[in-house]
Amino acid sequence: MANERTLLPNKEPLDVTVIGGGVVGTAIGRELTRYRLHVALLEKEAEVGFGTSKANSGIIHGGHHAAPHTLKGKLEWAGNQRWDQLAAEIGFGFQRIGELTVARSDDEVRILDHLLGQGHDKGVPGLELWDRSRIRRAEPNLSDEIVAAVHAPTTAVVNPYEACLGLAENALRNGLHLFTDCSVQRLTQESGYWLIHTTRGTITSRVVINAAGLHADTIAALAGVPTFTIRPRKGEEYLLDKRLRGLVKRVIFPCPTPVSKGILIIPTYDGTLMIGPTAEDIPTKADLTTTIEGATRVFAAVKELAPGISERDCIAEFAGLRATVDGNDFLIGPSAKRGFFNVAGIQSPGLTAAPAIADLVIELLRDDGLAFVPKANFVAANPAPVHFATLSTEEQIALAAQDRRYGRIVCRCELVTEGEIVAAIDRGATTLDGIKFRTRAGMGRCQGGFCTGRCMTLLAAHQGKRLPAITKRGGNSWLVIPRLDDLTLASARGATGGDREDATL
Amino acid sequence: MISDTLRHFQQQYDVVVIGGGPAGLGAALAAREHGADAVLVVDREAEAGGILLQCIHSGFGLHHFGEELTGPEYAQRVLEQTLEQDVDLLTDAYVLDLTAGAAGGKRLKVMSGAHGVQLIDAGSVVLAMGARERTRGAIRIPGTRPAGVFTAGLAQKFVNLMGYLPGRRAVILGSGDIGLIMARRLRLEGVDVAGVFEIMPHANGLNRNIVQCLQDFEIPLYLSTTVVAIHGHERVEAVTVAPVDDQLMPQMAQAWTIPCDTLLLSIGLIPDNELAHQLRLRMDPVTSGPMVSSTMESSQNGIFACGNTVHIHDLVDFVSAEAALAGANAARYLAGDLPPQDNVRLVPGENVAYCVPHTVATDREHTLYLRVRKPLESCVIRFFTVDGTLIYEKKLRYVFPAEMVNLKVRPRFLENFHGDLLRVDVVAR
Repeated sequence: MANERTLLPNKEPLDVTVIGGGVVGTAIGRELTRYRLHVALLEKEAEVGFGTSKANSGIIHGGHHAAPHTLKGKLEWAGNQRWDQLAAEIGFGFQRIGELTVARSDDEVRILDHLLGQGHDKGVPGLELWDRSRIRRAEPNLSDEIVAAVHAPTTAVVNPYEACLGLAENALRNGLHLFTDCSVQRLTQESGYWLIHTTRGTITSRVVINAAGLHADTIAALAGVPTFTIRPRKGEEYLLDKRLRGLVKRVIFPCPTPVSKGILIIPTYDGTLMIGPTAEDIPTKADLTTTIEGATRVFAAVKELAPGISERDCIAEFAGLRATVDGNDFLIGPSAKRGFFNVAGIQSPGLTAAPAIADLVIELLRDDGLAFVPKANFVAANPAPVHFATLSTEEQIALAAQDRRYGRIVCRCELVTEGEIVAAIDRGATTLDGIKFRTRAGMGRCQGGFCTGRCMTLLAAHQGKRLPAITKRGGNSWLVIPRLDDLTLASARGATGGDREDATL
Repeated sequence: MISDTLRHFQQQYDVVVIGGGPAGLGAALAAREHGADAVLVVDREAEAGGILLQCIHSGFGLHHFGEELTGPEYAQRVLEQTLEQDVDLLTDAYVLDLTAGAAGGKRLKVMSGAHGVQLIDAGSVVLAMGARERTRGAIRIPGTRPAGVFTAGLAQKFVNLMGYLPGRRAVILGSGDIGLIMARRLRLEGVDVAGVFEIMPHANGLNRNIVQCLQDFEIPLYLSTTVVAIHGHERVEAVTVAPVDDQLMPQMAQAWTIPCDTLLLSIGLIPDNELAHQLRLRMDPVTSGPMVSSTMESSQNGIFACGNTVHIHDLVDFVSAEAALAGANAARYLAGDLPPQDNVRLVPGENVAYCVPHTVATDREHTLYLRVRKPLESCVIRFFTVDGTLIYEKKLRYVFPAEMVNLKVRPRFLENFHGDLLRVDVVAR
């Protein structure tokens, strides 16, 4: 992904600048590039999707969960229906595996009835109430105590980081200006334009879309419209070893409570089971810790749904922060300042709704007077990435014969070849996590124990850097430093780098 | 080092060995010496030798070669011996699939940088894939997920093979041998090592490593203490450690925080057994490796296994001994020349975590490897029948969980035994 080194000269003002490269920002950015507009996307992290989106549960919700009178409720079902086409065009992992929301008591069955009615009212097709025997047949590893379930065939799983990266890549293909490592510091207005002062310089834009997620309140305050507060709500997720693949085949929801959808079992697109999330309102936007209490709560809750899961199966855990606002609905619309639009409070089902949010933003901008002239040369599709492990033997033989890098395994837990790593770098990965999110290298049971060195070396060679310049996810997340001997030698010679290091590359 | 010699490279081998560390190379050598003609070793790295190549410290080979060698020296010797026996070596290669082939043979899907993806048939197969390190996820350390949390083996690769340091100030969690070795290695490189923390009341590495790597360098070892939180957003900034009670629960009131930029994990190895799972071999839940007979044959005919793939060893010398057995029997299998089947099953009893092999025969001598659960001094190993009759006992001066016990089991020990199951205990005298 071409990450522009310098900001645009001020004499060419942009039409729209999106602040925030999560799934919402990238979806908006990509929709905007369908039209003859100058569009920029600013992301404070090293790559898009590195904030809340990468920690998303990866569920495209069935459409029946959110109440129809809310903005969430409207955009959930509208968004859901857009994902098949998006996945086909952008090329990320996506599958409609369905979900079961289960009940373990008569009281809970009544809540399921309500859910079913809500879904029918919204026009969500295929919803069914399953009895115990139907559940046993479809999901034999669920707890015997489950008496009924709502089955929603419309629910899908998606790799959320792949979606972000793919949307941004497609937008770049269509003329988006992407600036990563670019943090907004001030917003000022001058003769009808916004001046966006960032850590990488200043750009001028007619419209600013605030899709800054957790920091949307800060951005709004910078724009002089401090009308809401983002309250972070932490969710911890736990990933289980791949040998549990198939233990459940659908997303399993407990019966919802008024405050939460509860702790789920999610068969991710790649087959790894993920369990979580917790939901905890926390005071700071920097708290991405996983906790003993969180793990205890998640495993206890999940064992009630599927007793075959145990703490021993855990291979990794992470936490993400939902950006919630008071009222718990999405906050999307114009602000008191002309040309400044908020897309804030995008918590669950934010991922599901993202394509519909992008459509809504375009309508809002059209109402505001921006001209939307379709581009004749818009390219909707990204070239499909190669996933060596999923090819047939004949295809593998042919590919490896054609390009030897596809004959070389780098990550053996997830069977990722050197060819795929290099392709990921060519498509914009600049960090170890960027490679991981594009290829799964390092996501398996050894958690990068074997492939980290190889990925770092490939990244360094491609970028013409030395290994100490390679980071896990940008900023100060360095991985290695030169040996002290090398530093001493280098300073003795008055050079910045030793020959030895160059030789190791 | 010669990395790719393919005399026979073809679609058909007598024996294919998966893994080119000391286990795989040793098995290939033994297979050739016992009559297999075409033998192939498949290794995933650019150079064969396995993890020994990054173990540049000495202490290897005292049993097997009768002298003290470094890891790369040991690997080089085994490699040369193997190549002299005209074994094909395919490096930078990986076995994607292993399935039953024609006429009792096996079929492997092998990919390599040099030859792409190929299907290869083998008469018998030796699994010697080694082990991987347990990671942070396996023990769920709470906290953030910054850069700077590495397994000790990855840090060893950074320092010894790639020529870089993992950080400036390190805390090491777990007193496994690699962690102890890395404590010393980092100290020698000028890295500040704040200490080694072990949740158990006893160290997990060899005693000689505690002495030579920690005590000699005044690196503190904190027993019954563990890391309870990791701090830092982009890079590790500190860890919090706390003592644990006898239920291993952290005592947070006594916790303290140590500023550091690196946390190394040396919390154990797990046999790497994707292919064994794929083949649905019978596995030992304690070792996480395949169950093996006294010929190192798995539950499937013609599939042999040795080294850390079967159980975690603390000395490579014993890996070599096991590999010789596996390789020899992989060759004998082809000739229809395997010894008679084992007739006694061994069951771990009191204070025994596991025994390898899982079965033995009363008509020949075996080396039995076992690991105890608790350290003991002045103890005794005893074999009992199902009804509690003592069949054999031998005194041991001491046992440690970190040091594998090996025991010769001779036919005369079992001459009064006519059952098919023996319980093995290691108890105080």
